[in-house]
Amino acid sequence: MENDTFLELKGITKAFPGVLALDKVSFSAKRGEVHALCGENGAGKSTLIKVLTGVYPGDGGKIGLDGQTIVPTSPRNAETKGISTVYQEVNLIPHLTVAENICLGREDRLAGVIRWRRVWKRAAAAIKRLDLKFDINLDAQLSDCSIAIQQMVAIARALDIDAKLLILDEPTSSLDDAEAEELFRIMRTLREQGMGIVFVTHFLDQVYRVSDHITVLRNGELVGEFTAVELPRLELVSKMVGKNVEEVKKLEKRVTFTSVSGRKTVVSARRLGRKGAINPIDFTLNEGEVVGLAGLLGSGRSETANLLFGVDPADSGELEIDGRRIRPDSPARAMRYGFGMLTEDRKFSGIVPNLSVRENIILAMQAKLGPWRKIPSRRANEIADQFIKALDIKTPSREQQIKNLSGGNQQKVIIARWLAVHPRLLILDEPTRGIDVGAKAEIEGLIQKLREEGMSLLLISSELEEVVRNSSRVIVLRDRTKITELSGDNLTERSILEVIASQAKDDATKETLKCE
Amino acid sequence: MRIAGIIVFWLVALAFLYWTRRSRNVVFWPLLALACLLVFNLFFTPQFFRLELREGSFFGLPVAQLYGVPIDVLNHASKVGILAVGMTLVIAVGGIDLSVGAVMAIAGAMMATLSVQLELSPAVCILAALGAGIIAGMWNGFLVAVMGIPPMVATLILMVAGRGVAQLITDGQIIIFNNPILTSIGNAFLLVPVPFLLMLVLLIVTWLATRVTAVGFLIEAVGDNEVATHRAGVSSQSIKFLVYVFCGFCAAIAGLVQTSNIRSADANNIGLRLELDAIMSVVIGGTAMTGGRFYLASSVVGALLIQALTTTMYAKDVSPVVAPVPKALVILAVCLLQSERVRRFLASRRDAA
Repeated sequence: MENDTFLELKGITKAFPGVLALDKVSFSAKRGEVHALCGENGAGKSTLIKVLTGVYPGDGGKIGLDGQTIVPTSPRNAETKGISTVYQEVNLIPHLTVAENICLGREDRLAGVIRWRRVWKRAAAAIKRLDLKFDINLDAQLSDCSIAIQQMVAIARALDIDAKLLILDEPTSSLDDAEAEELFRIMRTLREQGMGIVFVTHFLDQVYRVSDHITVLRNGELVGEFTAVELPRLELVSKMVGKNVEEVKKLEKRVTFTSVSGRKTVVSARRLGRKGAINPIDFTLNEGEVVGLAGLLGSGRSETANLLFGVDPADSGELEIDGRRIRPDSPARAMRYGFGMLTEDRKFSGIVPNLSVRENIILAMQAKLGPWRKIPSRRANEIADQFIKALDIKTPSREQQIKNLSGGNQQKVIIARWLAVHPRLLILDEPTRGIDVGAKAEIEGLIQKLREEGMSLLLISSELEEVVRNSSRVIVLRDRTKITELSGDNLTERSILEVIASQAKDDATKETLKCE
Repeated sequence: MRIAGIIVFWLVALAFLYWTRRSRNVVFWPLLALACLLVFNLFFTPQFFRLELREGSFFGLPVAQLYGVPIDVLNHASKVGILAVGMTLVIAVGGIDLSVGAVMAIAGAMMATLSVQLELSPAVCILAALGAGIIAGMWNGFLVAVMGIPPMVATLILMVAGRGVAQLITDGQIIIFNNPILTSIGNAFLLVPVPFLLMLVLLIVTWLATRVTAVGFLIEAVGDNEVATHRAGVSSQSIKFLVYVFCGFCAAIAGLVQTSNIRSADANNIGLRLELDAIMSVVIGGTAMTGGRFYLASSVVGALLIQALTTTMYAKDVSPVVAPVPKALVILAVCLLQSERVRRFLASRRDAA
């Protein structure tokens, strides 16, 4: 195994309006090695990857590949130079088949006619190199495959190009544990084949599972490069957030709950369900209580939330608020009952990208007032400034377009949007996904503060640790059905896992890895 | 005195241009193009700026009337300007309305037929024509917002069928009318042509209605990210429905202006191809076809620019057959200057120099 450095980034600088995203950052990668890129949101990880793959032109610095200086102009261009990237949202073509996606743009041709048999063979060869434990149907349409399979197809594509460097940008965010494990196995296989891998992730456990080296960024600056085995986890966190180890220990402490019995019930659901989304489910949500929803991907967590918030209204069962029958059939209606919901996919259904931070904050408030009564601009400014301060949103001004903020700060803006309407029930669907440790701790702290103020919260997270840490009661779902409810001493990560795994462990694994 | 007037005009124009540039107002680029065009005419088309004050009357009252090429430009740009106001809002929610030309024909047919065949009072005729435009808008809004049909397809239906409906109303005839009130909409002057005043009033009222209320904000939010806006509790359906209805209303006004101007309802030719000019005005004005931020006044400036170009071409004796080519080139230049990519390129060149 050759261990020479073949990718060298020197003094990379990139500025956005009002923010210096990267300040003379250097980074290098070696063949046959997994190099993790760590840092909080807004630290500059994504920006560095985007400069490296030609999504943005850099404002300064040099990129060297195999001793030659390169200037990637687009991700496709970077691909031809041997740098292949797999994003969290896979950027392949959903309506083409797996085989077509693997060979897209480089199909074998004879007199301009694509030779499908050869394309198919090449795709099969690339897939084979991944050494998977299961089969991928090469003729399946990509959009019918799970995210995990789509990522593996993207990796197979990188192999077909003979990429020298594979960049995995938050690949595990949408994967469950079994899928992530499969991905790590592939990463190890590729490393042995001599490929250089850059791994960007928020999950610190995963960093230690596969990485050889760790580079830490903070606020657009390089903190340092470390060997994974020589950097204890706590120290890594302290380097990422720029606080000392003692302070970090405090952040990780578990919240203790006062008894929740005797609290007033806000919402109760009886046999609430929707065909194809979630089987009839019973639950109650109380004032001043955080209830968690746990389960694997596709177990019906978000579906339950969408039911409550009227995104996909229930078609059976009853829902009551303060003993009054309600039928939330649209988000607007649900808001009138005092519901609020932080949606799972920030980009798709959270931010309004080209509008300002101020406008994003007052959006729900304005929706509640209706289109005719405008919030006076002075009042809107006050509200925006107040939340920017209270939630410590890092933005040059309230008039900054929200798309220029980092993920964690965008998330805080959306939370502010909901806090501005003082909901009685706030549904949080993956509130800390794609967010760094610091912002995560802040958001978790906020959840507890809201609980103390008497708000009812429903928390969905694919990180069991987070659900357990923040909830006093957890509803466990499997296969779109409520299995049980855990609370008090019974509520541990282990107990949740046991419930989920109790019967259908093998089924669940197969289910999620299968190409439908 | 005359010279002083001209100098003052240009100084004010320059100061305004400078201010729009300083405040990074999108109206800068179309305004700059318009100013360049006027400067060109100042030097190369001597008769262009010859203004004349004439005696005239407005329903028996003596009023002054301005005549001259710039006034013609204002007059002729008004129809497209009126359409552009409604079209701006439709485009801002990420939609498009191809049917405005056909709706103009329906409104004109309605007004003329009611006046001539049924001899109804002018006020009733006008209200009925505006009502027809609103109903047409509701149809579009229903298809797009409620049925979820892509706007291009949904409004294409009325674009094709609308002229047929107009023919049904007029019974296939070209209906000529003489009612002084109806003919005055498109022909009378109150110092400047009435159509221009109508456009100005519509622009100001629309601006107030969108910016003093939260309608404008919600339109921009829906256009920028409809899903997120819907999940934030905004009824995106009703916002979309509303803008299509308003666009139909604007189209009806434009239809009245043109029908009145030619004193007859010609279902085949009223508003023909004007939907494209209206869309072009909005694009020149800087509102993105993908929706989001919108700029009403800038769209109207776009309409003025298109008309000024056309008029200049006629003044320079460019054959009407080839006139679209230079027109397209100028419009292309304005659109390129607004494109993010071109601007970034120019900025990087400037930094490098």
